[in-house]
Amino acid sequence: MTSGRMTWIARLSYAVALLPLIAAGDAAADPDNYVDVARGKALVAAGDCVACHTAKGGAPFAGGLALQTPFGAIMTPNITPDNATGIGSWSADDLARAMHEGRRPGGNFLYPAFPYPYYTKVTRADVDAIYAYLRTLEPVTDSVDRNTLPVPFNIRLSMLGWNALFFKPGPFVADPNRSAEFNRGAYLVEGLGHCGACHTPFNAFGANKADRYLQGNQIDYWTAPNITNDMQSGLGKWSVDNVVEYLKTGQTATSLASGPMKDVIENSTSKMPDADLKAIAVYLKERGAAGSPAPAPLPATDQRMQVGEAIFVDTCAACHTRAGSGVEHLFPKLAGNVVTTQDDPASLIRIVIAGGRAAATDARPTSPAMPSLGFRLNDEQVAAVVTYVRNSWGNAALPVSADTVRALRARVTGAGD
Amino acid sequence: MKQGYAQGLFTKAATGMGLHPFPRPSANISVAYTNPYGCTMAPCTYCGFCERFGCANYSKSSPQTCVLPALVREPTFEARTECEVTKVNLSGDGKTATGVTYVDANGDEWEQPADLVLVCAYSLFNVRLLLLSGIGKPYNPVRDEGVVGRNYAYQTGSGSTAIFEDAKFNPFAAAGSLGVALDDYNSDNFDHGPHGFVGGASITSAHTNGRPILYHPTPRGTPNWGSVWKKAVRETYQRVTNIGAQGSVMSYRNNYLDLDPTYKDPLGRPLMRMTFDYQDNERKMANWMADRCDEIAKAMGAKTTQINRLVGPWSVVPYQTTHNTGGAIMGSDPKTSALNRYLQSWDVSNVFVMGASAFPQNAGYNPTGTVGALTYWALDAILKYVKSPAPLVHS
Repeated sequence: MTSGRMTWIARLSYAVALLPLIAAGDAAADPDNYVDVARGKALVAAGDCVACHTAKGGAPFAGGLALQTPFGAIMTPNITPDNATGIGSWSADDLARAMHEGRRPGGNFLYPAFPYPYYTKVTRADVDAIYAYLRTLEPVTDSVDRNTLPVPFNIRLSMLGWNALFFKPGPFVADPNRSAEFNRGAYLVEGLGHCGACHTPFNAFGANKADRYLQGNQIDYWTAPNITNDMQSGLGKWSVDNVVEYLKTGQTATSLASGPMKDVIENSTSKMPDADLKAIAVYLKERGAAGSPAPAPLPATDQRMQVGEAIFVDTCAACHTRAGSGVEHLFPKLAGNVVTTQDDPASLIRIVIAGGRAAATDARPTSPAMPSLGFRLNDEQVAAVVTYVRNSWGNAALPVSADTVRALRARVTGAGD
Repeated sequence: MKQGYAQGLFTKAATGMGLHPFPRPSANISVAYTNPYGCTMAPCTYCGFCERFGCANYSKSSPQTCVLPALVREPTFEARTECEVTKVNLSGDGKTATGVTYVDANGDEWEQPADLVLVCAYSLFNVRLLLLSGIGKPYNPVRDEGVVGRNYAYQTGSGSTAIFEDAKFNPFAAAGSLGVALDDYNSDNFDHGPHGFVGGASITSAHTNGRPILYHPTPRGTPNWGSVWKKAVRETYQRVTNIGAQGSVMSYRNNYLDLDPTYKDPLGRPLMRMTFDYQDNERKMANWMADRCDEIAKAMGAKTTQINRLVGPWSVVPYQTTHNTGGAIMGSDPKTSALNRYLQSWDVSNVFVMGASAFPQNAGYNPTGTVGALTYWALDAILKYVKSPAPLVHS
């Protein structure tokens, strides 16, 4: 993310539910309804709660993941039903208030790293099902230090002003002029899926910019791409089936998910029902297109293109092929791949520098790796080869400077995840 | 897979001689492929590393490419890496395995209980593990008694090096087993009558690599270093190709494996000792094969050839083959074999031993295909065994 911009969500996969520790209160009644529990489990998968509420190597949902934000570190809370250290003493109303209003049971404010601006749209029935499922988890005693934010960001009352500016509470309202499938997709994307939390640019206060909804954003030094129906950098060239296949299996024949989206697919979308994935795809494809227009591609005579081509032939072509066509279901096709033509080249740069690994799913278990090349390509060379990829085989995108590579390298070297 | 220039010459020459060359099997893949487990593979790029290194290109059919990605997703599967099994534990009467003892990377010793133990540690280590665990009677060559360690066999290597006047073999464009072979002189495919030996060899034209440190062929008689050597490497590298004979080795009473009486590993366990040399039959066979290779090399158009004969005793120094066989062989008689036909230990019926250690003799071939086939054969039997655990063959 651009320095100077303060964002609440610094690490996509660790967007945190700042559910507080509870000092008092009786254990809430247990709704004992199998249907609700099963539905709740599916909803918890759809919301990808486990990604943020689990420390590396820790018990699922027991919290303790350190979230680095420009405001300081935030630790994710334990949401297992442990009375002392989890949310065992919460009632269903307490969870609904957190989800819908961004408030603790006692009334204190939550930070919007817990994406309540999205969760406010989740129906009460769905929240209750989530509650029912969370109650079934094994309680884990795991005290998380919740007071890691420095002054003045530790003053939760400041969220009163933030909410007045950026938070529109209220349930999802279906568009009667759209299909039921579109509206189902909208409900999932705008609500529990909280896709926009990562795929929408932030303003200076860490709120998603409503006027640039789903137009792409940099998060955790990865590009969360434009997922409007835009042709240059969005889903314009993808069919509904492509989107479903990607969310279900982690890949299409020509594009493979890596980075934070790998976690989202492995933990969440690969476990969602096909009908919901189709609804998401229909919504994303039909809701409209927005993004920057394609610039003219750099000419092949440009020196950066010639240097980049030489590096590409020596270093990349064995897998991605000379024509940029890749290998189906293994090495991404670069020609026409919108990851290469995002306004923000962060993903492309960091994959070259630090490598990456594609999502593994039951349908596509291989999880192929891209080796890190940062040890033998300097900043100028990375800039040249990335610029070449962005402007070859029909691709067109602005060139990348060595300074951009240098800034990113400082952040990602050694982080080959 | 696309064959190289040398393989084209070999095929033409051998066919002209009335022989029957064919592309030999290799575990590389030529087009993008998704296997029945959902694992994906990419076309081989002929980089010439895979006979000794892992494949980063997903083009070699190794378990980590073809099986493990699907297997690790099974909730019942667990792999403990950087661990070494030190022995198979037995019940008091020695007739049942109770599990294994292993040492982890920290040197800590653990016991893993088990109902069924599959010994899959590569043929030589299979034998050592059986010996260290006391499974099966160790072979005694003096009395010709016992079963574990007997029938150890190696392979012969011989052939002809063909140096051409003007050729460009591009040996760096290669894959581990890419090449062409012929079986006209293998096994019982030819009349052994006039030759005075049994067995045979597969004859092959293949380039496995052109790696700069390993591969720098020079004509015989060239110094091993200095400017003359450098000049010879430069002149020879592109102009030389090899015709090789990978020959069978029979099993003999005086070729065997046992535990070393002197040397121990860091855990204090005896090392395995290999007692082996080529016998007259193998020398005779290998040298006859070398002449056949030389005939083909000349027919390919070589300006000069150098016959590579099998001379002197077996040596551990030059790389010859990794195709070790025997030591824990399958058979029909528990007095002369360690395993029954389902690779089940005659003595400890819940132990199965997979690998070329089961081969009674060494064929003139790479053992991998047979190892795979035998493993499927044994697994099929194990499915029956699991339903009703007992010896699958009564001795």
